[in-house]
Amino acid sequence: MAEEVVLFGTRGSPYTCRIEIALKLKGVQYKYIDEDLANKSPSLLKYNPVHKKVPVLVHNGKPVLESLVILEYIDETWQGYPILPEDPYERATARFWAKFIDEKCFPAIFKSCWGEEREREKAVEEVSVVLKILEDELKEKKFFGGENVGLVDIVAVVIGFSLGVYEEAARVELLNKEKLPRLCNWIDDFLSNSFIKESLPPRDKLIAYLRNRFRSGNASK
Amino acid sequence: MTSYLCKGNQSSMADQVKLHGTWSSPFVYRVIWALKLKGVPYEYVEEDLFKKSPLLQQYNPVNKKIPVLVHGGKPVCESMIIVEYIDQTWPHNPLLPTDPYEKAMARFWVKFAEDKGSIIGSLFRVSGEEHEKAIKESLEMLKIVEEHGLGEKTFFGGDKIGIVDIAFGAFSHWLGVIEETLGLELLQPNAFPRLHAWTKNFKEVPVIKDNLPDRDKMLVQLKGIREMYLASK
Repeated sequence: MAEEVVLFGTRGSPYTCRIEIALKLKGVQYKYIDEDLANKSPSLLKYNPVHKKVPVLVHNGKPVLESLVILEYIDETWQGYPILPEDPYERATARFWAKFIDEKCFPAIFKSCWGEEREREKAVEEVSVVLKILEDELKEKKFFGGENVGLVDIVAVVIGFSLGVYEEAARVELLNKEKLPRLCNWIDDFLSNSFIKESLPPRDKLIAYLRNRFRSGNASK
Repeated sequence: MTSYLCKGNQSSMADQVKLHGTWSSPFVYRVIWALKLKGVPYEYVEEDLFKKSPLLQQYNPVNKKIPVLVHGGKPVCESMIIVEYIDQTWPHNPLLPTDPYEKAMARFWVKFAEDKGSIIGSLFRVSGEEHEKAIKESLEMLKIVEEHGLGEKTFFGGDKIGIVDIAFGAFSHWLGVIEETLGLELLQPNAFPRLHAWTKNFKEVPVIKDNLPDRDKMLVQLKGIREMYLASK
């Protein structure tokens, strides 16, 4: 049976980007459908009636939702490149850091650049704290996954790519190279990975989009 | 810090399982249910959240939160991550489906429970307009769970309880205590017949029935929390 894999996403969303990275690492052929979040397609609403969000991976007609859930699904469905470690303890550790990045890091990064003015200063401090925690967790490893890119590295696209883009677009400095040398090296290695490079949206376009969306007039999400 | 050695012999230090928690936390109970469903012997360590033990701070330096499961000296944090760890380490009586797609659906609902479950807890810390808003959001959330999550099934896991039932466990016992404390009725049987039936069925499952915190004690605790909040305003 011919396999059909369709990814609904938005270019520029780190959540969509994660899925493209994972699919490329696994060598899975897929069709990409770009969604206009201001004008969601009937297909998207059909596949994700609960949240109406992207990314959605549709595999042979069946939708999988939530980026972290999709990443685990991809890892279990297609053999080859391992995204999660085999060992239960290491798996639990990877999931912990993925959750930490999603719940603590990305919201702080976003708020420090695009939040209400009174929230931004506090968010900048929070970013400094959480990035230091990640710096310490990296230890001597090349990637969070060890020698190779793994779940945590994929999820950390919000740091590997989005962080730098947001800094430039919002003209905010978040990454202190002196305080975070390992993380900065990690970012370089992350961006050098060919599958990751292929999955990233064009930087300049994204900067222009962000400035237009969040800085012209009032920030409206 | 009190500890209770649960029945069963620990075969060696490498296998020893400890659970750090607090007596009324639904997050801790998720882990207890998983351990009990798998028949895994463990030692329970009660933590005082106002005076966290050095061990807890060592095991969970990032969040300093409970529950923490310590297996052979290695800590695992975050309740649903712990439940998946338990499921993988002791694979009999599986809590997750084997089919990858069914597994993904289960994990979707686990995430939903994680992300949206706190709306109900937030009712303690707000009043006035924010309180009304939280009630509205809670009801919308319950509706989604009733219609899309549970559907026609007895349990989220089908005929038997599974990981999603564990994730939503707080709705079964804790929600009722919260409702009583705040003088609210959120999970009305007419509005949510299936979810309401689920709370009864879930609490009848022997492992769950035998492992729930004392309701009266919880009422006292929650009333205290609400009074403290109102006094601080």
